[in-house]
Amino acid sequence: MLEIKNLHASINGNEILRGVNLRVNSGEVHAIMGPNGSGKSTLAQVLAGREAYEVSKGNVTYEGNNLLDMAPEDRAREGIFLAFQYPVEIPGVSNTYFLKAALNAIRKHRGLEELDAVEFLSLVKQRMKILDMDQSLLNRPVNEGFSGGEKKRNEIFQMAVLEPKLAILDETDSGLDIDALRIVADGVNKLRTKENATIVVTHYQRLLNYIIPDFVHVLVDGRIVRSGGKELALELEDKGYDWVREHADVNV
Amino acid sequence: MTQLTNNRQNDWCLSNFELFEKSLNGDSALHIHAIRKAAMERFAKLGFPTTRDEEWRFTSVAPIASSTFNAVLDYAPDGITEKNLKNLIVDGMNGSRLVFINGHFSRDLSDCGSFPHGVKVENLSGALKNDIGLVNQYLTRYARYDDNAFTALNTGFLHDGAFIYVPEGIVIEDPIYLVFVSTESDASFVSHPRNLIVVSRNAQVCIVEHYISVEKNSYFTNTVTEIVAGDHSVVEHTKLQSESLKAFHIGSMYVHQGPASNFTSNSISFGGVLARNNITALLDAEGCECTLNGLTLSTGQQHIDNHTTIDHAKPHCNSHELYKAILDGKSKGVFNGKIYVRKDAQKTDAKQTNKTLLLSDNATMNTKPQLEIFADDVKCTHGATVGYLDAEALFYLRSRGIDSEAARDMLTYAFASDVTDRVKIEGVREYLSGVLHARLEQGRSEG
Ligand SMILES: Nc1ncnc2c1ncn2[C@@H]1O[C@H](COP(=O)(O)OP(=O)(O)O)[C@@H](O)[C@H]1O
Ligand SMILES: [Mg+2]
Repeated sequence: MLEIKNLHASINGNEILRGVNLRVNSGEVHAIMGPNGSGKSTLAQVLAGREAYEVSKGNVTYEGNNLLDMAPEDRAREGIFLAFQYPVEIPGVSNTYFLKAALNAIRKHRGLEELDAVEFLSLVKQRMKILDMDQSLLNRPVNEGFSGGEKKRNEIFQMAVLEPKLAILDETDSGLDIDALRIVADGVNKLRTKENATIVVTHYQRLLNYIIPDFVHVLVDGRIVRSGGKELALELEDKGYDWVREHADVNV
Repeated sequence: MTQLTNNRQNDWCLSNFELFEKSLNGDSALHIHAIRKAAMERFAKLGFPTTRDEEWRFTSVAPIASSTFNAVLDYAPDGITEKNLKNLIVDGMNGSRLVFINGHFSRDLSDCGSFPHGVKVENLSGALKNDIGLVNQYLTRYARYDDNAFTALNTGFLHDGAFIYVPEGIVIEDPIYLVFVSTESDASFVSHPRNLIVVSRNAQVCIVEHYISVEKNSYFTNTVTEIVAGDHSVVEHTKLQSESLKAFHIGSMYVHQGPASNFTSNSISFGGVLARNNITALLDAEGCECTLNGLTLSTGQQHIDNHTTIDHAKPHCNSHELYKAILDGKSKGVFNGKIYVRKDAQKTDAKQTNKTLLLSDNATMNTKPQLEIFADDVKCTHGATVGYLDAEALFYLRSRGIDSEAARDMLTYAFASDVTDRVKIEGVREYLSGVLHARLEQGRSEG
């Protein structure tokens, strides 16, 4: 589904990603862990198409197409979804209005009928249940005045409505208390199928108790220095990131 | 030298005045005519302002001064019918409607409604004959013309417009809709609509003033509205300025607020090549609430200037001001917001916000908050921002599948609806939503 080869990316002249390689197949869950500032969000944003980052080297293939040539909206329409680490507040645009526009743009692209207001609302109600979302958040402006946890929940709610093929969750666990974390993780698990894939970016192992990854990768200083199964996350938790730095496995 | 130029530029106004006086015939004997003459004399002395005048620093009226606009002396329907009006005005307004064509009242196109005894919803020219006693108590008492050439000029040509009088305790539910239409004409013309709105103690009313044109030609509208908000009255005034893109529009509104009165102005401007809106609100008693909302939409070569003055003369009054502008193309915007807090006006709470969204690199905004505070126990805040669309918000929307144009439109629309949502009349909100969508579409086809 996704193949990243020797990806280098910089912002404002600073090289942040320095040769990332990663292959994700449908049905898989990959966790990307790493210390603060190692480039996890940069990788996530580059995959979603944020233009502020300059890709200087490498390539990314998504379902046989050159991902880096695609506009952010086209990536979304082709099934990529980024749950932002810091969801953006958009005053004056209601959550439902925004989400309906997004869903219909995606459906149109896929040759599906656009949903009318009634159909959309019934879909939304059903997906809100999965995330135990407060209905009042629907009519409020996108993320405006939402608590940290509400924002994260709203990201996964959007994901539930848009049904992406490749979801990238950037630190979705941060800002969530343990109950909310369980609900959000359950939501993500319910949305898993054999056809889609998930990249879970996280600083802590905690989330991976709920969303069990098939692979764990450790990103340090813009490179994946170690990859393994789910037990790698536990080992990291135990030994810390310094341990990986010292035992960097450059062959991954 | 300056004097000479000014005088020459006043010429067309002065010769218009001679024609106007002749056309009045016997009516020139009325008391009001002495005021007209005095105002005209004042105008001749003041001349048109120049950019050396602090109040006009960023707005040059040279294109008005150096043109010749002809006075329209008589009413003519000029081809305006209900049918061609329908596409230009706000749909679904249930209340009364007064229509003026090139400054003159059109009885045929107006519906003065039916109101409780004592309510006046009529044209000023008629009121100067039929209700002269009432009119004289208020007319020209609030619109000072000693330092404003355009108000002096309007007062000189004072003839027609709307006269609305709401007696004590009367609540008028449906908005009163005032429509000022300019028509096509071979020579450029000028009109000087004059409105007087008096709302008595405990009375309530909602007024919409709408400036439109049927052709995209050049003309000059120089309008003045006086509003008197009595003790505990509630007045909402909405001005929609959608003149032709070649028109000149100068509009001044003078509001006098009595004890515990509640006044709201929504001033929405998107027409005119050169437009200036002045609002002066005098909070002349305790417990007043004054809300001024404004929105400018401009593109191409448009220049839209908003000058507001809120004068807190007495204690315990609140004012809230929110002015926004969306500038595209090479358009220019000006905002000047004066807030005076007089020595007496303790416990004043005044808040002013001015926000500008630039949609193009060639658009410019000049914004100046001007707070002059002479009392010590007051709360006054102001803030002004000028910026482009938020790149992070744009990316967020696009990352969900919304294309970049739709994302830009969504954010722009949201920026504007912050003001338009404040208008209480649903029909006007829908009309403005249509205007916004049309402007966004137009912006796309040009961009
Ligand atoms: N706009 C920017 N300009 C310069 N450096 C930036 C910018 N954004 C992020 N960085 C730097 O890039 C590095 C990686 O950041 P990020 O991808 O957010 O890390 P992570 O998500 O792993 O914590 C950090 O050192 C950060 O300071
Ligand atoms: Mg991060």
